[in-house]
Amino acid sequence: MSGLLPSPLLALRGIGKSFLGVRVLDGVDLQVAPGEVHAVVGENGAGKSTLMKVVSGVHQPDEGTIEFAGAARTFRSPREAQQAGIGIVHQELALLPERTVAENVWLGREPLRRGLVDRGAMLSHTAGLLASIGEGSLPPDTRVGRLGVAQQQVVEIVKALALDARLLIMDEPTAALADHEVDQLYALVRRLQEHGMGVLYVSHRLKEVFDLSSRITVLKDGRAVATLDTADTSADRLVRHMVGRELSSYYPDRAKPRELGPVRLTVRGAGNRKLRGIDLRLRAGEVLGVGGLQGSGRSALARALFGAAPFSTGQVAVDGAPVRLRSPRAAMRAGIAYVSEDRKGEGIVAEQSVLDNALLAVRAVSAVRPVRAARAVRAARAVSAVRPGRVGHGARTARVRELLAAVELRAAREDQEIRFLSGGNQQKVVLARWLALAPRILLFDEPTRGIDVGARSAIHDLVRRLARDGAAVLMVSSELPELLGMSDRIIVMRDGRIAGELPADATEEDVVALAVGTAREAAG
Amino acid sequence: MSGTLSPPARRTPPGVFVALVLTLAIGWLVVTIDGGRLFSLPTTVSLLHVATGLGIVAVGQTLVVIGGSLDLSVAYVVSLSTLVAAEAMAGGDAALLPAIGLTLAVSAAIGLVNGLLVTAARINPFIATVGVGLLLKGYLDNGYDGPAGKTAPALVQGLGYQRVGPVPLAFLLLLAVAAAAWFVLARTRFGHHLIAVGGDPEVARLSGVRGSRVLVTAHVLCALCAGLAGVYLASRLGAGAPRVGTEGLYDLESIAAVVLGGTALAGGRGGVVGTVGGVLLLASIDAVFNQLDVDVFFKQVIRGVIIIAAVAVYAHRAMRKAS
Repeated sequence: MSGLLPSPLLALRGIGKSFLGVRVLDGVDLQVAPGEVHAVVGENGAGKSTLMKVVSGVHQPDEGTIEFAGAARTFRSPREAQQAGIGIVHQELALLPERTVAENVWLGREPLRRGLVDRGAMLSHTAGLLASIGEGSLPPDTRVGRLGVAQQQVVEIVKALALDARLLIMDEPTAALADHEVDQLYALVRRLQEHGMGVLYVSHRLKEVFDLSSRITVLKDGRAVATLDTADTSADRLVRHMVGRELSSYYPDRAKPRELGPVRLTVRGAGNRKLRGIDLRLRAGEVLGVGGLQGSGRSALARALFGAAPFSTGQVAVDGAPVRLRSPRAAMRAGIAYVSEDRKGEGIVAEQSVLDNALLAVRAVSAVRPVRAARAVRAARAVSAVRPGRVGHGARTARVRELLAAVELRAAREDQEIRFLSGGNQQKVVLARWLALAPRILLFDEPTRGIDVGARSAIHDLVRRLARDGAAVLMVSSELPELLGMSDRIIVMRDGRIAGELPADATEEDVVALAVGTAREAAG
Repeated sequence: MSGTLSPPARRTPPGVFVALVLTLAIGWLVVTIDGGRLFSLPTTVSLLHVATGLGIVAVGQTLVVIGGSLDLSVAYVVSLSTLVAAEAMAGGDAALLPAIGLTLAVSAAIGLVNGLLVTAARINPFIATVGVGLLLKGYLDNGYDGPAGKTAPALVQGLGYQRVGPVPLAFLLLLAVAAAAWFVLARTRFGHHLIAVGGDPEVARLSGVRGSRVLVTAHVLCALCAGLAGVYLASRLGAGAPRVGTEGLYDLESIAAVVLGGTALAGGRGGVVGTVGGVLLLASIDAVFNQLDVDVFFKQVIRGVIIIAAVAVYAHRAMRKAS
């Protein structure tokens, strides 16, 4: 059925885009016909969002051409793309909750009569547009904040229709929808299709992609590796296109069975607003990898264990003793440390010195560190070769200095502001900060995000060394090679649950299949 | 035409009116037990006069707050305006209208500076308007030791003391200003865009709204209101008063009235109707305490408690709505 399409609505040719020298998109070709739902799939970081931002005018491509409705176009701003007829339904809805449906739809283009906003026209036009897509039951003068997420998406779509959009970009539209709402969205997308609108549909969820699209483009590492007719494609084939790359980098040896110690952390039936039914055991000496798609709950799990967004149900025990992780402080007292994925926002205090950053945690809780940490202190001593015990200011600083040396920090000066350091060195400082507390359990969320290749293996070695010295490590990673290369065991999250557990020799396909839900999970 | 659709979007009136009625009822009871009269002609007139000065400033403040900004220079603009008006009138009726025009022009210019500092120079509104306020304070402190100029007698008799029954003419001016502001917010593109910018500047930008222009306009309107309040105060005092704005706490009280009226300090939600309620509430508390001869400092404490409690109630409601 492709190939016969007369003139595409949108044609991207050789689109390339780099950020700070990193190639995010590389020679991407993609065509959308009128009335076609074209799905774009790919792993995290494959370049999907960047591609959508190029099409919608948020970013400008470094190379390549965009042809829209038969003419070559350059969009210098989202506004220009909108005026040309490209609407976007953002993953994070761009609506004003305090305003009505009609006010949101016409924002910036309110119809006027004698110089004043014509509310009657606003309401009736909105009602007309809503009726045209079968959503006539939605009153246009309702406040958007009172609507559910699905209905808010309808409002975004109507906003695009009011702009006479001919191409609609939907970025993970079902991420926040309940099952029955997904059905409504399907129906809506099909109606738009009948109206001749082209839809670019970005989704992690393969089921939707197969239900809705006529063609699928697979992005991997910034390239469009395949465009497939949905009817001739199987989920397995799609997953193979999405992954399948050689393991090029080196990872430290995994834990030998005799190196595994007792169970450090036990979680039973725990949950909160983002997580449900979490059961897991983490042993001393092991690295437990946590995989899953963005929003699957993998980061929420780490944050819950650190008390940053605590569990509201279930039990947690550290070294057999029940603990309540109500706050980061409580987690720290239980011997848990957390390295956030958002290093700039949550990891470092950019304007403070290297030393101040490294001392942050000791200064906060050194007075309350429980005696039971003694065992882990021994573990930290192996790394740092310093004496534990009561430490005064000078001794504390000296100890942190030794830890900084132990993590092989190559900063010029320790009184330098940390923001001038490379990502890898910043991460080492963050690590040293936690080692100063001699934690028994270490939670890493994307430990090597934004860190260059050389520094990565240094971080990987450090993580492994900590495990070998007796810490229990939980490592969230969206990078499959890292997840597979580092972990002794892997759990994969989906929709706030643990979808399944995999052994160290699992393949990328196994992880992706569990993450997107094509594999029926084994005993979970 | 818009009447054809029932408006479920209309929100229930802000709780400030409930608080207002309660305050008046309890106040009346306490004052009566105390042997006084809360609703006598002199107290009513004085209550409405207190509300007028604060109200005109607060309506302007509502506009900038809805837009996500703030104006802390209003107290000094009020003081300066009384002086500009009274000195330009110089005790005669001849220059009445030009003097009012000059006063408003000066205020608008200050508002323009505020707006440009906040938008073009991207200075935090708090800092920018405090800075402009301090600048004006320097000028006032340096140039004036006490009252100066003389207000036109016609203005004093008209705006200052004319009444319709117990209602001062000036209070009707406040209602007119509030109605105009309400109309601007509800029925003009500028109003819609202002609310959008305050609600989420990024959403507004993506929808093609020119946020800076909108915010500058709001600042000019706010300063114009402060200028108008200055003209009114000049008519009451008969002269320009270099400290009247700060002594009346018009900066903080106007923001308090706005917040009491249910307008979100973060912007994007609220309106002038609530603000007028907030102003009347503050004025009523004032009147009750005056009748009871409550100590001035204690009065301030009670007002502080009321404002904090009100904001806590709003925050609690907002949280419940969010979850």
